Amino acid sequence: MGHSTTNYNLDQKFDFTAGLKKSIFAVLIIGAVILTAGILMAALGGGHDEAHAEGGHAFHWYQRLYANLWINNVYFTGIAVIGVFFFAIQYAAQAGWSAPLLRIFLSFGYWLPFAGIIMIVSYFIVGHDVFHWTHKTLFDLNSPDYDKIIDGKGAFFFWPLEKGTFPAFFIIRMVVFFGAWVLFFNKLKNLSYQEDLNPGNQTWYKIRKWSALFLVFFAVSSSVSAWDWVLSIDTHWFSTMFGWYVFASWFVAGLSAMTLVTLFLKERGYLEMVNENHIHDLGKFVFAFSIFWTYIWFSQFLLIYYANIPEESVYFIERMESDVYSPFIFVNLALNFFLPFLVLMTRDSKRHGIFLKLICSLIIIGHWFDFFLMVQPGTLGHNGGFGLMEVGMFLVFGSLVAYVVLNNLSKRNLIAKNHPMLEESYHHHI
Amino acid sequence: MERDKNFILGVYEDEDVLLDAISKVRGNGVKIHEVYSPFPVHGIDDVLGYKRSKLPIAAFLFGLLGTILALTMQFYMMKIDWPMIIGGKDHAAVPDFVPVTFELTVLLAAFGMVGVFMIASNLKPWGQPRIFDIRITDDKHVMAIDLAVNSSMAESQLTDVLKNSGASEVNFKSFE
Repeated sequence: MGHSTTNYNLDQKFDFTAGLKKSIFAVLIIGAVILTAGILMAALGGGHDEAHAEGGHAFHWYQRLYANLWINNVYFTGIAVIGVFFFAIQYAAQAGWSAPLLRIFLSFGYWLPFAGIIMIVSYFIVGHDVFHWTHKTLFDLNSPDYDKIIDGKGAFFFWPLEKGTFPAFFIIRMVVFFGAWVLFFNKLKNLSYQEDLNPGNQTWYKIRKWSALFLVFFAVSSSVSAWDWVLSIDTHWFSTMFGWYVFASWFVAGLSAMTLVTLFLKERGYLEMVNENHIHDLGKFVFAFSIFWTYIWFSQFLLIYYANIPEESVYFIERMESDVYSPFIFVNLALNFFLPFLVLMTRDSKRHGIFLKLICSLIIIGHWFDFFLMVQPGTLGHNGGFGLMEVGMFLVFGSLVAYVVLNNLSKRNLIAKNHPMLEESYHHHI
Repeated sequence: MERDKNFILGVYEDEDVLLDAISKVRGNGVKIHEVYSPFPVHGIDDVLGYKRSKLPIAAFLFGLLGTILALTMQFYMMKIDWPMIIGGKDHAAVPDFVPVTFELTVLLAAFGMVGVFMIASNLKPWGQPRIFDIRITDDKHVMAIDLAVNSSMAESQLTDVLKNSGASEVNFKSFE
């Protein structure tokens, strides 16, 4: 109370130092080395599995690489788009407390163009190995592989072309979603930077309008992208909660990433107007949405468990009765529910960086496991697992995202200095 | 003089004056019994020097009680007292217990918290809450000072302190 508000440095810029770049590159190189080691081990030792392969589908080592590529693609796309989503939420809700943090949220969107290019390009490389529905014979009435159920769903991927050919509708959706997300991100970003030059409320109203439009679009596109990129891996199976499930996973991972960047900047002496009250609010978001994710995860599980209809429960049988995946279900629940729930329950742990940093880091790892459990059982079956390739690919993607986000964050003002609610956020007190 | 019986009341018109007054009055070495206000005043706990509420601890304990109660109840009913096969599952099908456990945890935490709060702030259904000044439900803030607690100061001295701090009027109130 009663702080003087004039002595905050609103023109501060994040200095992306050479030392920091070096550390990120070090992680990238370590990740690449681990990934290469994993690939070599799989490629050299991978021949054994082909003998056990059933149903005419031999397993190749590169399928695991592809599945990993896809896991990280989807996961980090989510974290990036959640940055823009959370930024838009602040405007739609007319939130004042977060005004000095807005640029941090927004900067995650810089990964989106990269994510889009990687995903679209990698679909053409990995698609056939990740998505069962890409197999032509499934739609051929004369083939022994003909699958009536997948044939019934075929139009969702292949419309307006013939089923089993080029998945036009699927690709169109991918391009449209990424295109629109990037466009919205660019619009919001440009408006936010414009605001630095034009004091007054006009830009704020414009950003709010574009935020609202983005939120409407994201509400639909986040669900559909979850069906496309994750749910369709298990082509026979479906869950009406899946869109929310993936969104919840993305959201809490994104919130954790944003909290970590905020704490990191704060530690380095930036954002002096951000105090423990703002940190507390971020902590509350992480806490609340960890529970939200658990709620969604459990709701999906319980209905299927209770009804016990074979075509539904197969999804969980595949995971829970598998030697490869069953331990990770508990890792998933421990990292994403029990730890955040118990540790972040008290007020103090949300206000002091150390607990929050620990839990946010664990949540980012934990939700990677969540996507691991969504993707690998359907693509690799018993040939999957958590090993060097998984660790390496995660580190490679993670360091690239960190580099892109921090590098772009350092190019402009760290704080939206003409945001009309900055003053309110200085006095944020809970 | 007996404690908790005789009070001197400072009446304030404005919450900013009130916040300022609390610091001034406490700065003069006066111990404030309680401040009553028609609406929540932000930052008033800090100037009054209140410690953090222990209500979250009560909520946690009541929640824990709800969890234990719910699990015990369901295990007893479903496994021991009247085992039934439902959907071909084990009698004690733990995932099925989760919604009930969750609900009872929330219910007991909420009820417990409300109950503890009501008792702690003297709003329990039995007994009569003491009204220091009826206008605290309308547009006035009232600072109550227990005369017995501040017996080192004369009444006139306390009146001066309150007046100087910005009170629009100073009254006395005694309870039986």
